[in-house]
Amino acid sequence: MSEGATQGGRGMRRSWTLRLAILLPFAWLVLFVLLPTLIAFKISLSQTVLAQPPYVPVLNPSGGWDAFVGFLNALSFENYTAVFTDSLYLASYLKSLQVAALSTALILLIGYPIAYAMARAPRGVQSVLLILVILPFWTAFLIRIYAWINILQRDGLLNQLLLSLGIVDAPIAWLASDTAVYIGIVYSYLPFMVLPLYATLERMDAALREAAADLGAPPWKIFWQITVPLSRPGILAGVLLCFIPIVGEFVIPDLLGSSSTLMIGQTLWTEFFANRDWPFASVVALVMLVILVGPIVLYEHLQARALEKAR
Amino acid sequence: MSDAAAPPALRFDGVTRRFGSVVAIDRLSLDIFAGEFFALLGPSGCGKSTPLRLAAGFDAPSEGRILLHGAPLTAPPHLRPVNMMFQSYALFPHMSVADNVTFGLKQEGLPKAEIAARVSEMLALVQLSALGARKPHQLSGGQRQRVALARALAKRPQVLLLDEPLAALDKKLRAETQFELKRLQRRLGTTFVIVTHDQEEAMTVADRMAVMQAGTVAQVGTPDEIYEHPASRYVADFIGDVNLLQGRVVRTDASSVVVACDGFGEIIAGPAPEARVGETIWLALRPEKIAVSEGGRAGVGQNEVTGTVVEVGYRGEQSMLEVRTAAGSILKVSVTNRRRRAADGPAVGESVRLTFAADDIVALTR
Ligand SMILES: Nc1ncnc2c1ncn2[C@@H]1O[C@H](COP(=O)(O)OP(=O)(O)O)[C@@H](O)[C@H]1O
Ligand SMILES: [Mg+2]
Repeated sequence: MSEGATQGGRGMRRSWTLRLAILLPFAWLVLFVLLPTLIAFKISLSQTVLAQPPYVPVLNPSGGWDAFVGFLNALSFENYTAVFTDSLYLASYLKSLQVAALSTALILLIGYPIAYAMARAPRGVQSVLLILVILPFWTAFLIRIYAWINILQRDGLLNQLLLSLGIVDAPIAWLASDTAVYIGIVYSYLPFMVLPLYATLERMDAALREAAADLGAPPWKIFWQITVPLSRPGILAGVLLCFIPIVGEFVIPDLLGSSSTLMIGQTLWTEFFANRDWPFASVVALVMLVILVGPIVLYEHLQARALEKAR
Repeated sequence: MSDAAAPPALRFDGVTRRFGSVVAIDRLSLDIFAGEFFALLGPSGCGKSTPLRLAAGFDAPSEGRILLHGAPLTAPPHLRPVNMMFQSYALFPHMSVADNVTFGLKQEGLPKAEIAARVSEMLALVQLSALGARKPHQLSGGQRQRVALARALAKRPQVLLLDEPLAALDKKLRAETQFELKRLQRRLGTTFVIVTHDQEEAMTVADRMAVMQAGTVAQVGTPDEIYEHPASRYVADFIGDVNLLQGRVVRTDASSVVVACDGFGEIIAGPAPEARVGETIWLALRPEKIAVSEGGRAGVGQNEVTGTVVEVGYRGEQSMLEVRTAAGSILKVSVTNRRRRAADGPAVGESVRLTFAADDIVALTR
């Protein structure tokens, strides 16, 4: 009897802590993700004015029911039609998707051989290589991008090298070009591709490759028919880890790119800080979020499945 | 069993493989003949897998040569006409059972119809015809083992290498599968080389076997040669249960040797032509070769020892007794439980007289 009572007590306590464990991150998400998104959504339905805050209508809590109805009536979806009809924004979105897609492909192309070589290296060497991949994170991101400005500028390292090797006769204008943006992005995001790829490749049973060789497959077929298909989870994780943030990338195109082709992060920044058009900036941000929902959900789904498999 | 003039199917010719300072196999020389079921037997880490990996081409010898039907094996693994069945099976997890079997045949560029025919033939051979569409993770351990076997056999290898193929199965299934493997090998006539640490398994399946000891071959022979005529204490001790008695040679002639053993007195054993009088040698005596007579009845055999039963290990079909001799030494003796009454055999504390023939004792000089 008393045993049952203590067990019930423990069970209840456990369910209470369990609820707290779920509630805390939930509250965090509501407070710092859902609420800001809702606020941005509300602002996106407003109109810009030269005031503080720089938009109308503003909800006046002391105004009562009539003020609330008036507030609702003043909201409109006008900004959304504008964003889809103005070719500037459309071009910005397309540019972002294009840059993200192309640079993710480049990162995969460069990152796969690196991860493969790392996974095949002797044990002791592997940990050293792993540290080398993570090492750049110990320096501030902004400083590393400034370093690239140094490298790519007119009398920078790259041009000096090319000139001294006689590959070019005159210095090339690397900076303020798409090339510079791609170099910066590929450089910055490479670890996000290499790490998940390395994790999958390193775990792969070497006997599978040996079995394929034993059954008559030459090395290139082993790579394409065994290694690559089995590293698909790593490829997908790496691709999404790169693609999603690159779409919204601001710092790299702003510092290394030209003003003629803007990515959506820059357009957003301009709307918000230069034009002080908060409603429109909110629209731009929310549309970007919607565009990325697909890939993000896919990534979450894959992560959940990987966890499931690991158990 | 083999044409004496033909070169062996697989020959290891003084093969050494070092990993840094570790010598995995040391000047291994071994002939495996066409059509035989050959077993490499030894404890874990003694260098059984290494020769298979060298023959398959996943690894290269530090010294020595490996010959396949007389021709040196140097081609990369994908061009060698030998196939391996892996201990972990190494089935491709992203392919169905049928695709796993198809994989090797596709590499040969065979016509589609022939591939399909051979795949279904192989799946039928291992009784998996109904499961061709399954993925490996949807199979039981025994079924996976059979897929791995079918996949390797589909290539019709000149030599099939099997690295601990049954180690992952439970005891009963393993015993059944051993006989299945043996039947399969007979039917196909393919040369099988199996690696195992399980002496019962090796003796059950193999026509001939090599007992390995720290990277070298301790003895090669048929299972009964190795069991009844072990060449060294290591082999006698590794294969089955054995009593090893140490003693000094008193007399020796063409048909027998007399050895003074501590705790037993003089024992007459089978001939030991190499033994010199005064030399220390060992006598290997299998527990089942000892006859037990309770009370005063006389037994057969030239040797006789009396003692007291100190332990009875009941194993079902037989019991293993530990008998302490008058001088304090322990002998292991096995008695077959022919009748159903457990109380039939000698009990702990009972006095017994043990007799054994000289011919049943192997005198070992190393
Ligand atoms: N790739 C390797 N690197 C280093 N040592 C190895 C390697 N492969 C095998 N060895 C060593 O060689 C010895 C024999 O190995 P192996 O042939 O796998 O033994 P077994 O199959 O009998 O267990 C062991 O001591 C093992 O540690
Ligand atoms: Mg092994």
